[in-house]
Amino acid sequence: MAIKRRTSTFLALSITTALLAAGCTGGGESEAPPESELYKNPVTLTWWNNASQDGPGKTYWEKVAKDFNALHPTVTIEMEGIETNQLQRTRLPAALLSNDPPDIFQAWGGGEIREQVEADYLKDITDQVKDEVANIGSAVEIWQVDGKQYGLPYRMGIEGIWYNKDLFQQAGIAAPPTTFDELNDAVTKLKAINVVPIAVGAGDKWPAAHWWYNFALRACSVETLRKASLENVFDDQCFVKAGQDLKAFIDTEPFQDNFIATPGQNDPTSANGLLANGKAAMELMGDWNRGSLDTVTTDQEALNKFIGWFPVPAIAGSAGDPKAALGGGDGFACAKNAPAECVEFLKYLVSPEVQLGYAETGTGLPVAKGAEEGVKDPALRSILEATTSATYVQLWLDTAFGSTVGTAMNDAIVAIFAGSGTPEQVVEAMKAAARK
Amino acid sequence: MIVYVMFVLVPMGFAFYYSLFRWRGVGPPTDFVGFDNYVLAFQDPIFIDALRNNGIIVFGSLLIQGPIALGVALLLNRNFRGRTVFRLLAFVPYVLAEVTVGIMWKLLLSDAGTVNAFMQSLGMGGLVQAWLADLDLVIWTLLFILTWKYVGFAIILLLAGLSNVPQELNEAAAIDGASWWQTQRHVTLPLLGPTIRIWMFLSMIGSLQVFDVIWVTSVPAVRSLGASATMATYMVDSGFFARLWGYGNAVAVILFAISFVAAVLFQRFLLRRDIEGAITRKAN
Repeated sequence: MAIKRRTSTFLALSITTALLAAGCTGGGESEAPPESELYKNPVTLTWWNNASQDGPGKTYWEKVAKDFNALHPTVTIEMEGIETNQLQRTRLPAALLSNDPPDIFQAWGGGEIREQVEADYLKDITDQVKDEVANIGSAVEIWQVDGKQYGLPYRMGIEGIWYNKDLFQQAGIAAPPTTFDELNDAVTKLKAINVVPIAVGAGDKWPAAHWWYNFALRACSVETLRKASLENVFDDQCFVKAGQDLKAFIDTEPFQDNFIATPGQNDPTSANGLLANGKAAMELMGDWNRGSLDTVTTDQEALNKFIGWFPVPAIAGSAGDPKAALGGGDGFACAKNAPAECVEFLKYLVSPEVQLGYAETGTGLPVAKGAEEGVKDPALRSILEATTSATYVQLWLDTAFGSTVGTAMNDAIVAIFAGSGTPEQVVEAMKAAARK
Repeated sequence: MIVYVMFVLVPMGFAFYYSLFRWRGVGPPTDFVGFDNYVLAFQDPIFIDALRNNGIIVFGSLLIQGPIALGVALLLNRNFRGRTVFRLLAFVPYVLAEVTVGIMWKLLLSDAGTVNAFMQSLGMGGLVQAWLADLDLVIWTLLFILTWKYVGFAIILLLAGLSNVPQELNEAAAIDGASWWQTQRHVTLPLLGPTIRIWMFLSMIGSLQVFDVIWVTSVPAVRSLGASATMATYMVDSGFFARLWGYGNAVAVILFAISFVAAVLFQRFLLRRDIEGAITRKAN
């Protein structure tokens, strides 16, 4: 008996020591597991992305998961496509709070990923993805917190104005506007031929808010925007200026009637439906709009012919960099306790060959060098060029400032659109939300 | 009982506990702020708008659905050909799923929708409205949709109540020379009292907590401006979308408290005779 007890004490002690040792290594810096351990044991990776609807996006991700399994038979990937808002707002926060989060999942970057890192949800992958980071370039910064890498993007693009070349020609507009004065001119000319100059999906709030973001980008210096993103400080007068510029622009009545009820995308009555079917001449939107326009058009051939894209015009005499652009992307991150194979899969997702295939689906712009040839559509090609030549890419402000400030900001901007809000109220709402 | 405690009381306790924190749903709640979230809610003009909208829906439902349902139920209670068909028609909207109803009306009431097109074709172009986007109009549009959806429930409930009114009383009244209307007024209605009161109770609680139809039908922008928000939609918008979980829980607790107080008051003063001894203590 005595011996037995001693043995068990010894066992308990050694287990505790082992656990302590494990705890020490686990809590420290990120450490790549030795090569020999990878792909040794069968693992299942759960993968949550936002390809919830049937289409080239979903089909492609399914193929990628299968391909990876063929390369590494020990890894099974269980993919689940969840509608974006549901994924980011309810499913993911709840899953991360529980002890059973998905291994690899859609990550928005900016303020969102900062909160997740502070709660210790994510795997620090800095050391394992150095090559990938080098190949992607500055876009990866959105998925960094305090200089460490927690996720990688697979899609990235800047926002600009999608327009109908035929309608521009009919209205007698020689070239895409490069300044807001020229844009206002174009609006007047388009009204003269009885088309809606610009469609906006204010019903969904964010498409309207993006107009304010662009005015803020033009009114604020890069330093001010950086500081606002990192510390949620909005004291600079330029944020009020953005609202004033927006109000002046709305007063020229460039948008369709009753825009407060118009949804943003994916239905013929929505803003991009108006553009896709030749009822409106312009729409401010990101690179993904090419894919959404295809789903709502009644005449694919006509759309392919008339659709074009140009960067958001500059405002004369403003503090912001005229070559700066607003943009964003989609990325993936691994949960803190996900198996090491998760990082390998993440690296595979951003490898040039997978990225090339993604580019060929035509649903968004790839981030890895070497995948550019996959982009065939002329409009998308012009976004790709503009993205590479932009001096500074500011992440969507609602993502950069985090959901709480972002939601309050968007709501207050929509109030300006509805005619009931003021430029000052937007800044007040942002400050109030930052304290909540 | 165990199930009740686990799935009702425990989550309620958690909701109250979380409502005392400033918590964005990332990591465990640590930032204790006491009743700050409650104070914030009553300072938010959108929440006040939501309270007002709930008030409109509660009283609007009672005052509009009640008389309509009573009238229809009394008519359908008479014997005539095709009675079953009419009963079925009245009940159809209630059977449809909330989401289906919401999407259906959203399509009908859109700018280029059937309703506006119909008005145009009748030469009443002046009546064309932005039914779901006009900030002053939208809550009344929603009240109309809710009435359309739920009046069938009131009718069925009242018809069930009517079937319990003994036929002999009607016959007795007829022998005494009472007209159809007099019979309804002095015999049927008093006997229908308990059913009407139960329906009022259900309608009130349902109106306070209304969510699905509003969520599906109303435009997010219009909702966030307060024009079509209710307490429940405000809770989801601020809890999930603005990522204020503590605050969202506080709103949920307020919604519960209001419903609970309304329910208790209703039982105390209107339902007392109907459910004597069942829920409340015997009145002395």
